[in-house]
Amino acid sequence: MTVASAAKPTWRPAIVLLTRSRGFWLLALLALLALLSVLSVAVGTRDVIWADILAALSGQSDSIGQAAVVVRLPRTVLAIVAGAALAVAGTILQGVTRNPLADPGILGINMGASLAVVIGVAWFGIASAQAYTWTAILGAGCAAIFVYTIGSLGRGGATPLKLALAGAATSIAFSSLVVALMLSRADIAGGLQAWQIGGVGGATFERMAHVLPFLLAGFVISLLSAKKLNSLALGDDMAAGLGERVALARALAAFGAILLCGATTAICGPIAFVGLVVPHLCRLLVGIDHRWLVPFAALVGACLLVAADVVGRVVARPSELDVGIVTAFIGAPFFIWIVRRQRVRDL
Amino acid sequence: MTAAAFSVETIRFARRTREQRRHRVIAAIAALLFALFILTLCLGQSFTSPGDVLRVLLGEEVPGASFTVGQLRLPRAVLSVLAGLCFGMGGAAFQIMLRNPLASPDIIGISLGASAAAVFAIVVLSLNGPIVSIFAVIAGLLVALLIYGLAFRNGVAGTRFILVGIGVAAMLQSMIAYTLSQAPAWTMQEAIRWLTGSVNGAQLEQSAPLLFALLVFGGLLLICSRDLEALRLGDDTAAALGTNVGRTRMLVILAAVGTIAVATAVTGPIAFVAFLSGPIAARLVGHNGSLLVPAALVGALLVLAGDYCGQFVLPGRYPVGVVTGALGAPYLIYLIVRANRSGSSL
Repeated sequence: MTVASAAKPTWRPAIVLLTRSRGFWLLALLALLALLSVLSVAVGTRDVIWADILAALSGQSDSIGQAAVVVRLPRTVLAIVAGAALAVAGTILQGVTRNPLADPGILGINMGASLAVVIGVAWFGIASAQAYTWTAILGAGCAAIFVYTIGSLGRGGATPLKLALAGAATSIAFSSLVVALMLSRADIAGGLQAWQIGGVGGATFERMAHVLPFLLAGFVISLLSAKKLNSLALGDDMAAGLGERVALARALAAFGAILLCGATTAICGPIAFVGLVVPHLCRLLVGIDHRWLVPFAALVGACLLVAADVVGRVVARPSELDVGIVTAFIGAPFFIWIVRRQRVRDL
Repeated sequence: MTAAAFSVETIRFARRTREQRRHRVIAAIAALLFALFILTLCLGQSFTSPGDVLRVLLGEEVPGASFTVGQLRLPRAVLSVLAGLCFGMGGAAFQIMLRNPLASPDIIGISLGASAAAVFAIVVLSLNGPIVSIFAVIAGLLVALLIYGLAFRNGVAGTRFILVGIGVAAMLQSMIAYTLSQAPAWTMQEAIRWLTGSVNGAQLEQSAPLLFALLVFGGLLLICSRDLEALRLGDDTAAALGTNVGRTRMLVILAAVGTIAVATAVTGPIAFVAFLSGPIAARLVGHNGSLLVPAALVGALLVLAGDYCGQFVLPGRYPVGVVTGALGAPYLIYLIVRANRSGSSL
């Protein structure tokens, strides 16, 4: 018996070993991301030939094709960054709340950020990218605290169902306030409405530069809290027994997630479901160790958002589908699948 | 023996007082609704005396008042009342059936299904009139069946139904956003206005489908109301009381979706009216007898008052959906807070 179990690994075909190794997946995902990025630059409403791409990369923008590439570059970069940020935020939130339904969109955090931005634009006349970012992060933080407080009232604390319902209700409530504000101000409604759907269309490197520090801080905090999340996954008592300061660890990790989704919402608008889908996929690939989950989520999230952006540009030619619409179509069925899979008691 | 007779007498007395209270409250709401209706006819940008309003209603030609009252205020008020009745009744039917205030059609995506179909019919197929209502009703039914089917697993648990509905709603919302972004003729402002629900530019002909929906689907709901009340006690108890649970559920879904979808096709999904009416009505009349009629009246009151506030009370002019939305949002959060604190499962 012992012989059989000891001999077992050598019987495994090489391909199985390969798909079990994290290094393989890391390389595969990097290759996929590179491929998708190239596609994202080359494919769009207008197809561009390779010579134009190379020329545009070296700084020319003379022909129409080259100009298109110059516009698509920041857009691709933004999709990579935003996808990574949202996916990491989702992973962290799912770890912090031990909730498979957690996602910055479903928990109302993105909506909180966008309500804050709309209030800022309508009442305080904010216009700079800097101000957008601060306001969005502030709104995201307030919304997160609010939803968590509501969701953890009563017996049993923050159960998945209570949190998801509190988040969804808050989200609906906030979005009706957003509409009320936008309708009262015809002058700002047009720009805000496009931003509300969630897209990476109007990206420029300058605007991205403003949020980059916040995103970097968010990524670093998330990576640092990965180990703590592993202890938290064992339950609060066990984590405390392992010497973790549970409340502090949780607050710090959540702060990282809030930085990430607030900053992302500031430039892209609220994009939902990326943070929900990606952590589940990554758990299938690399297991439940958060030290691996966080970087993998970043990669997969980047791939997902770039792919969604490319799909959105291709399916509705000659116009475009905003990336927020595409992710909703991928993510909502996934959400329903998770809800169905859970037993009623767990919900 | 005397004790038993006495207690029967007491119960009967208590039941009668409850019944009387219920009738009094319903009468009070109806009176309030009527008063508000008259008020909105008399008072707008300018004041028209009730005598003139009455003469216009009787068909006389009154200089100055015929246009404002007959063409502007009357269609608007009639449409508000009818749409409110539809929303209130349909919403309350869903909430009673699924035993959960969050299960109202505007939260679980059924209104959005009707909106999506209506937007598609108006924008892409450039249709208008009753055919849009038909589109909306069919789409609303399909969405309801889809949610029901997806949430079905050894019976439908209320919470799973709501969560699945929220997921479906997210998809429909992005579908609407896409359709609207493809519509060059519609300005964004106009589109959002429709999506919040408004009775701007109401015409009397528009109330025909609403009246039809109210008579057919609303009547169906009232016929089912006894079985619906039994469902409130739980599926098993209802079955033991002789209710055919499956059939009642199907009929109620059909009728409630019918009222909601037709109203949505005409006025747009007026935010949260379907969601608010039931709980407010329950607070007013208490839990005795069917909630359908009081909820419908409360819905009409909400739409009429909301539209009036949006036009004249608030600074600037808002469509009614903004007013009801701003009202409903805090209430929704309050509901969650209360349910969580009391430890009930919502």
